[in-house]
Amino acid sequence: MADTALPAIDRPGPRQVLRAGPWLKLWPVLLVLLALATVPVVATAAGEPFLIRVFTRIVIFALAAAGLNLVLGFGGLVSLAHASLFGIGGYVVAILAQHEAEAEPFGFAPLLLSGTSDLMISVPLAVLASGLVAAAMGIVAIRTGGAYFIMITLAFNQMLYYFFVALQRYGGEDGLQILGSLHLAGLDVANRVHFYYACLVLLGLVLVATQRLVDSRFGMVLRATAQNERRVVAVGLAPLSYKLVAFALSGAIAGLAGALMAVGQQFISPVDMAWIRSGDLVVICVMGGLTVVVGPVIGAAVFLMLELVLSSYTSHWHLPFGIIVIGLAVVLRGGLADLPRRIAGKFGRGERP
Amino acid sequence: MTFALFAEQLLNGVQLGVMLFLMSAGLTLVFGIMNLINLAHGALYMLGAFIAAAVANASGSFLLGVLVAVPATGLIGAVLEMTLLRHFYARSHLDQVLVTFGLILVSNEVVKLIWGAVPLRFALPPMLDGAVEIFPGVAYPMFRLAILALGLVVAVALYLVIMKTRIGMWVRAGASDRAMAAALGVDVNRVFVLVFAAGSALAGLAGIMAGPILAVQVGMGEPILILALVVTVIGGIGSIKGAFIAALAIGLIDTFGRVLLSPALGSMAIFMAMAVILAWRPKGLFPVHG
Repeated sequence: MADTALPAIDRPGPRQVLRAGPWLKLWPVLLVLLALATVPVVATAAGEPFLIRVFTRIVIFALAAAGLNLVLGFGGLVSLAHASLFGIGGYVVAILAQHEAEAEPFGFAPLLLSGTSDLMISVPLAVLASGLVAAAMGIVAIRTGGAYFIMITLAFNQMLYYFFVALQRYGGEDGLQILGSLHLAGLDVANRVHFYYACLVLLGLVLVATQRLVDSRFGMVLRATAQNERRVVAVGLAPLSYKLVAFALSGAIAGLAGALMAVGQQFISPVDMAWIRSGDLVVICVMGGLTVVVGPVIGAAVFLMLELVLSSYTSHWHLPFGIIVIGLAVVLRGGLADLPRRIAGKFGRGERP
Repeated sequence: MTFALFAEQLLNGVQLGVMLFLMSAGLTLVFGIMNLINLAHGALYMLGAFIAAAVANASGSFLLGVLVAVPATGLIGAVLEMTLLRHFYARSHLDQVLVTFGLILVSNEVVKLIWGAVPLRFALPPMLDGAVEIFPGVAYPMFRLAILALGLVVAVALYLVIMKTRIGMWVRAGASDRAMAAALGVDVNRVFVLVFAAGSALAGLAGIMAGPILAVQVGMGEPILILALVVTVIGGIGSIKGAFIAALAIGLIDTFGRVLLSPALGSMAIFMAMAVILAWRPKGLFPVHG
């Protein structure tokens, strides 16, 4: 739809200085990671160990949202498929563990693999599987573009959701409990604090890599495509392949988050793949700010804290929460990242879109 | 597959198809004309079912439930359009997704507050409760036949309104070129409210028809919303004809897929069909916009 007769409108992004101290841009990421690293210490000192569980959830959701933000914030693609990619990551870990527990090989007759509860094997496989599924989805979805993209990713999300609901072999609707003991090269993943730091390290790696990626030539093209695809085509680049690679990477990151979720709760179920969860991830990204790499982390913290606080007051917490989401859409055109520009616009500087 | 089973599944498929068409008609028009992605369309379907069930249970009359719920959902749609969604036509798709997502959360919770979390009882009227023998040896539930007939009548009526009346002309003009239609003196605001209200009422009607067969419960709108979106995308956004053909196709593929394929594959059949169709024609079968 965007490539018809409508006049090209640039989506204004933040001012970026090319190649100005590439490592300097990492300080917000490092700051956020540092703050998160203090959580177990503070929680233990305050005698509130349940906070570690809460923040493990925050870190995992931040990771999934960081994956989504690669296409949503930087690529301008509103994907509602990420809950399913998240779920696939979780299911790969859970299914492999299940096969080991049952001592039954996995796969079809000529190609038999034994199951495993070694996370050094199953987590990379989970990442790979989610990335490949995302790539396959992307081939169909990205070609159509625009609003079709949103609806198609939504449809794909439900397709995978129903697939796992129907998969009686792996628990169907009830989900899959991980019975064996998962292990990760000498690390005790059952220990809450150890697991939290493992998740945090992975989040840190992904955020640093994302920051480097969006500042690279690849990221420049991706962001330029989100702002004005026709100009990118005019320059002689093929935006589709850039978007496809970004989508596959984004799916792989979501898969990593899903794998960690499955490890953390020793359980994965289709509920984690419902499209409402995809919507939650979009809300997280928007809350935190779309054009900054740490946005999803802030968004996840705000979202889950809000959920925690609201649900402690009322079991009908979705009502105030929904109103907040509507308010967010009405007031913040484009998320918190848009706020400085809007404030600048109020005082006469800059222009309102 | 015996003939009796085939005939039954065929009727089930067509009946799901007409119900999907009622959902998709509003969705595709709202998207085609106003360029608004309305994820809250399923919420109107749910509200239709709840209002009808509540009125029918209180009054003892199924018909009264229908007569109250259809205009009520239309009115709710109109109010939503005028107070909130109207401001989102010119916004990005992301903002539209956010606001309608928020509406889903709110409407689910409001329904839960009013009617509770347990499914609502929605009994069939005695007149339609029972089965008829459509072929010798093939019995089919009366209510499903009524849905089928009503759906087809509404589809034909909608087709006539859109193809043969002045309002329909405005709607078509708006769907194919909004700016041009406005420039030629069509009161776009009024057409928008009208289309939105009509679409909402149709979604409510679909919900009422589904209520006694499925269950009247919170969140019932979401699965059907996805199917309606698939229909809309396959048919070509903004095309009523496309929506009708795609709805019947999806109804049949889904029904037969579940009978003929394994459960895991059967539940994916329509999405695979969608992927194939979109790989072949990215703008759907009957694209309205270029």
